[in-house]
Amino acid sequence: MKTILTEEQLGLTIQRLSHQLLENIIRYDDIAIIGIQPRGIFFSDRIVGQINQQIAPGRITYGKLDITFYRDDVRQGLHTLNQTDIPFSIENKTVILIDDVLYTGRTIRAALDALLAFGRPAKVELCVLIDRRFSREFPIQADYAGKFIDTIITQKVKVLWKERDGKDEVVLL
Amino acid sequence: MQLSTKHLLGIRDLQASDIQTILDTATQFKEVLQRPIKKVPTLRDVTIVNLFYENSTRTRISFELAEKRLSADTINFTASGSSVSKGESLLDTVNNILSMKVDMVVMRHSASGAPHFLAKHIPAAIVNAGDGINEHPTQALLDAFSIREKLGSLEGKKIAIIGDIMHSRVALSNIYLLKKMGAEVMVAGPPTLIPVHIREAFDIQVEYNLRKALEWCDVANVLRIQLERQNQVLFSSLREYSLAYGINRKMLDGLPKEIWIMHPGPINRGVELDSDVADSKQSIILQQVENGVAIRMAVLYLLAGKQPISNP
Repeated sequence: MKTILTEEQLGLTIQRLSHQLLENIIRYDDIAIIGIQPRGIFFSDRIVGQINQQIAPGRITYGKLDITFYRDDVRQGLHTLNQTDIPFSIENKTVILIDDVLYTGRTIRAALDALLAFGRPAKVELCVLIDRRFSREFPIQADYAGKFIDTIITQKVKVLWKERDGKDEVVLL
Repeated sequence: MQLSTKHLLGIRDLQASDIQTILDTATQFKEVLQRPIKKVPTLRDVTIVNLFYENSTRTRISFELAEKRLSADTINFTASGSSVSKGESLLDTVNNILSMKVDMVVMRHSASGAPHFLAKHIPAAIVNAGDGINEHPTQALLDAFSIREKLGSLEGKKIAIIGDIMHSRVALSNIYLLKKMGAEVMVAGPPTLIPVHIREAFDIQVEYNLRKALEWCDVANVLRIQLERQNQVLFSSLREYSLAYGINRKMLDGLPKEIWIMHPGPINRGVELDSDVADSKQSIILQQVENGVAIRMAVLYLLAGKQPISNP
């Protein structure tokens, strides 16, 4: 097990990404941040928390999306369902999807399909904490990434969160 | 997140954890049904045949809608207008349909045990949509879902099932389910319409006085008098039944607390329920119908997850 990001580095990365996300925003009403269930939520909670505390309190529209029904592997076993909570219209908004690790791109593919059931966004962007380059199975890339990692398929990147795993850390297994 | 069974033949075969899983899954599907686009691609490679050997409005439309919302391919089959009238047996009919590569069978039949018989002989997953006077599991699940929505949980809640208990598959499925989930159950109705040993068999209460039953319960699930299944005279007239066991506004207003009124449909207005009860704020009959689609989506989704790719 090798540490990729320590707790301190993780905090700095989240801070940087929060600022980057907002750099291009002209009107806060025009964007919505949507975290992808289940593990992207921990990351999006931090980003939104950061924005609310230090940058633009109460001005960010924030939702959560479960993509289980849009997966392409239902026949290979069921996944646990999580709550989808998007109590606002995404019509003509810029939606920033947030997930912890970008790997094959299949999750994001499903998330894009799931998102369109809620309306027609003006633009969709993707923000991930870890981008595993060279392992994509779909033509999907992140607009914002915390850290790029080049790994072989047998290796596994795990993002640990205090709320769930007891500590903040990104490790390579 | 897996069911312990490959088919949904009855609530009797389910474990409490299965029921919990189905209800929780239905909660997520109910959210899907509130979206601008109510269709998800989850079962897009699954083919389902709806095999209805007996009349149905709600259940059939509800299953069909659930299948469509899940993007499954569906085939509808009704006994009238098919080769059943030429004398083809149930097993032959189903095997012929299955040879066209069907993954799941949703089935209603007037003979109790028909889906259990099929389950022994064919590889597809079977969902019982009502068999004779045995069970109607998805109805009990949607009833439970509706109660849970109103009261928060089922445990310790008092549910009275009122009417023709003897001929009702809804009653039997409800009793199994409510007992498994820790609710208190009472059946009420005329003695001729309540099976003799039901109290001992299920450890439930029996009441012959309608007012006492209503005073006791949090929710009254009112059943239809099933004249089509009664082959002997069990009460003298519908009017007499209505006088003794029909629920009206005055009766509800005289109760110490507000109770919820449920009915699996179709309602015989003026017999078991008066219109001013059926259409009142206390009635959740239409919510039951709405929840039915979410429950059936959950059942089909959870059973499809157990199916290997490209059946038979």
